Amino acid sequence: MSEVKDVSVVLGQVPTQHMKLNVGPQHPSTHGVLRLVVELEGEIVVDVTPVIGYLHRCFEKVAEQNTYTQVVPYVDRMDYVNSMNNELPFVLGVEKMLGITPSERIQAIRVICAELNRIASHQIAVATFGMDAGAFTPFLYLFRDREKILWVLEKLSGSRLLYNYIRIGGLMRDIYPAFKDDLRDIIKTVRETNEEINNLLNNNKIFVERCANIGILPSDVAINYGCSGPMLRASGVPFDLRRADPYLIYDKLDFNICVGSGTVGTVGDSWDRNWVRMLEMEQSLRIIEQAMEMIPDASEDVRAGIPKRIAPKGELYSRAENPKGELGFYIVGDGKAKPVRVKGRSPCYVNLSVIPEISKGYMFADLIIILGSIDIVLGEIDR
Amino acid sequence: MENQNKIKRYFEGIWTGVYTVLVGMAITWKHLWGHKVTMQYPDKFDPLKTGFIPEFARNRLFVDMDKCIGCAICQKDCPIDCIEIETIRASKEDPEAVFPSGKRMSLWVSKFDIDFAKCMCCNLCTENCPEDCIYMTREFEFSDYDRMKLLYHFSKMTPEKIAEKQKIAEEEKAKKAAAPKQAPAAGQKPDNPKTE
Amino acid sequence: MESNFILELIGNNIWAYLVTALIPLIFVVIYALVAILGELKIASWVQDRLGPMRTGPWGIIQPVAEVVKLLQKEDITPRNANKPLFNTAPFIVFTGSFAAFAAIPYSSKFIPADINIGVFYIFAVSSFTVIAILMGGWASNNKYSVLGALRSASQMISYEIPTCLSIIAIAALANSLSVSHIINAQSGWFWNWNLFGGQGPLYKFLFIPFTLILFLVYFVGSLAEANRNPFDIPEGESEIVGGYHTEYSAMKFAMFYFAEYANMYVVSSMITILFLGGWNSPFGNFLNSPIWQAVWFIGKAMFFVFVQLWIRWTLPRVRVDQLMHICWKVMLPAAFVSLIFISLLGVIN
Repeated sequence: MSEVKDVSVVLGQVPTQHMKLNVGPQHPSTHGVLRLVVELEGEIVVDVTPVIGYLHRCFEKVAEQNTYTQVVPYVDRMDYVNSMNNELPFVLGVEKMLGITPSERIQAIRVICAELNRIASHQIAVATFGMDAGAFTPFLYLFRDREKILWVLEKLSGSRLLYNYIRIGGLMRDIYPAFKDDLRDIIKTVRETNEEINNLLNNNKIFVERCANIGILPSDVAINYGCSGPMLRASGVPFDLRRADPYLIYDKLDFNICVGSGTVGTVGDSWDRNWVRMLEMEQSLRIIEQAMEMIPDASEDVRAGIPKRIAPKGELYSRAENPKGELGFYIVGDGKAKPVRVKGRSPCYVNLSVIPEISKGYMFADLIIILGSIDIVLGEIDR
Repeated sequence: MENQNKIKRYFEGIWTGVYTVLVGMAITWKHLWGHKVTMQYPDKFDPLKTGFIPEFARNRLFVDMDKCIGCAICQKDCPIDCIEIETIRASKEDPEAVFPSGKRMSLWVSKFDIDFAKCMCCNLCTENCPEDCIYMTREFEFSDYDRMKLLYHFSKMTPEKIAEKQKIAEEEKAKKAAAPKQAPAAGQKPDNPKTE
Repeated sequence: MESNFILELIGNNIWAYLVTALIPLIFVVIYALVAILGELKIASWVQDRLGPMRTGPWGIIQPVAEVVKLLQKEDITPRNANKPLFNTAPFIVFTGSFAAFAAIPYSSKFIPADINIGVFYIFAVSSFTVIAILMGGWASNNKYSVLGALRSASQMISYEIPTCLSIIAIAALANSLSVSHIINAQSGWFWNWNLFGGQGPLYKFLFIPFTLILFLVYFVGSLAEANRNPFDIPEGESEIVGGYHTEYSAMKFAMFYFAEYANMYVVSSMITILFLGGWNSPFGNFLNSPIWQAVWFIGKAMFFVFVQLWIRWTLPRVRVDQLMHICWKVMLPAAFVSLIFISLLGVIN
């Protein structure tokens, strides 16, 4: 177990120099182009400074020059591993400003897409976390299952990763006839693989020793920094936007909020964050099962509700529960076809800011584990 | 008591260590001899023919120029501005200005360029087309060695034809500009060749 | 010297010694090709995919393609690297691994050098690699390499101790350090192997828990010696990119790579010599001719190479201080206790 060490006591009076190591933008485990400037005392981390901006694509400026419908593909590309969840807060915000409420069937389909993407995103999170710890095989197993989800979404929207499916006022197109059978197949497969991953990775003693008591995030620190999503819930705070501020049909669905409880270490360590994601996958499956029943088989024209001219007026902050946390959009419109300002509040950006606080005193290998457990996607941090 | 706890935890740690390693090895052993999911593309697997790419796939755009009326709604809808359309006003008495379906053509589409290096396959251009002539196909293997080859020119008009139609359009415009001078003076309808 | 059929064939002159030295070299090269293909294929099959399939039928020519690729790459040396150390480190690593092949037998009629401290020699020579890794890491002028080299030095030196205790216990059982004596002491059916207590009447069952513990200790220690997962911290790919071989390219990297596979074989053959009866057939005198003995020996060693590859793709990586904990607080006491018991039981009987 790694305890937080007071370095000056360990080294006594010998004059030494801290080593500045650059975990550079190109690195096998920084989950994208993130640069960490790490100050090391031997193997122990003294300070960490994340340097971001390598993937900045001027999303907010572009959003001022395109109409609302044209902004939706750009919103997709923020967190590219779960596009449906990105589109949701933006679309819901504009719909609220315009006063549109789509039918329950459309809302159920949106919920299913969002939960499928939540499973896909958590699969990537667990897979890359395992790879950071040195286990290469769970990565392949989880990606094999993620392929099934991507095939279903490809049949639904035509595209594997960046869907542009949820539109303001409706959807792009209706579901295909075999949608529900495919969903049942996915539910079965994901349950089996999660069982396997638990045996192979999560309960493995070596993995537990690597992750338990590493990067402990106390709940008050998490709330002060503004963390959200699995990071917050793993520290013991049962806050989920789907319950606290329900949108779509989440208030009609029955699911648990997964909270970390220090099963193999302290509450709020890296193992807990990983475990919360595994539990959330199971809850997403439950939601999909319930939402499937709410879709009547008769098809409807999902494009009927899309208004001809989208020109909302006013300001609104709309938020939704992304797999990584609370994704919010502050939309300012003045009655014209193009928004005045769209500001994206990215959950990973806020979650990443907590790294200097929780990684002091741990070893360098632990820093990689902590970074992996936060689950960042640089597209969202840099927008 | 505390020491006994420590000793117990020590041996438990060793036992869990060995046991979970063996459980993990059993899982990988099972997968070692199990079913493999690789699809050997391109040697033994063709995604287009086997229906692996679904019917509605957003891969490469295609424009049916026999139907395009040159309204440029797709150009307006594209978030990236990768479509470039230039039109020439078709003269009303031009016998060639007819679609194959028989409808009257009001605009010649002299340039319809789509830059696939920029296209992000968002499908916004296809949704508002009034004639359904621009649509996304399932074709995904269209990469090339030269970036300029990714600029697709869909318009079928040759430069001579474009020049010819432009001349006709300019002549008509000049006639229309000259015509209002005559109408108030004579108070009668100008000679309209179409009515003859 | 009497166990070398080439000497008997050609006579006791320089040509015989040259041929004797050449055969392990050819074996190592062929083994490395097979091991590279085995690693790629086993890694792929464990991960539910097919692996290399396009080079040759079922990807058999893939190792040749890899060797050709490594040969024709550009040899990049960092500008501020310490050139003499940087250039010689890979070759010293390979020398250390290959020198152990001098004492590794293939059958009772072919041991390249049957010295009377064979086991001790193999063990001592394979710890050469520590120096070379330190050289390579330091001379690369790269912080990642230095981190990797330091971790590697501490890891390999610590793990030599439980491994050594294991060897001492087996030497005590067999009353000799010579390879051929230890293997001949396990002749007969498979229950005479050291894993099951060695030769002797029924009371040898008292030995079995201790020899099993020693077997596990030696196996885990050998994983650490060879820098394999779960102890591949020095080259921990996810953390420090390549560790001590980050800055190497082309042939020098191929040398590190090659030496790692050769090390795997050395360690696996030590396990077969010490615990699994070496070249003895498990069925007593059935299929026990010298050629079959070579098959048994190489087969058993390759099985352990397979197990090492299998473990690599199953387990996550251990952290440096946990590695030290496992070595000094778990394996060392276990090895000591087993050694004491085996010596006691040996003295009593």
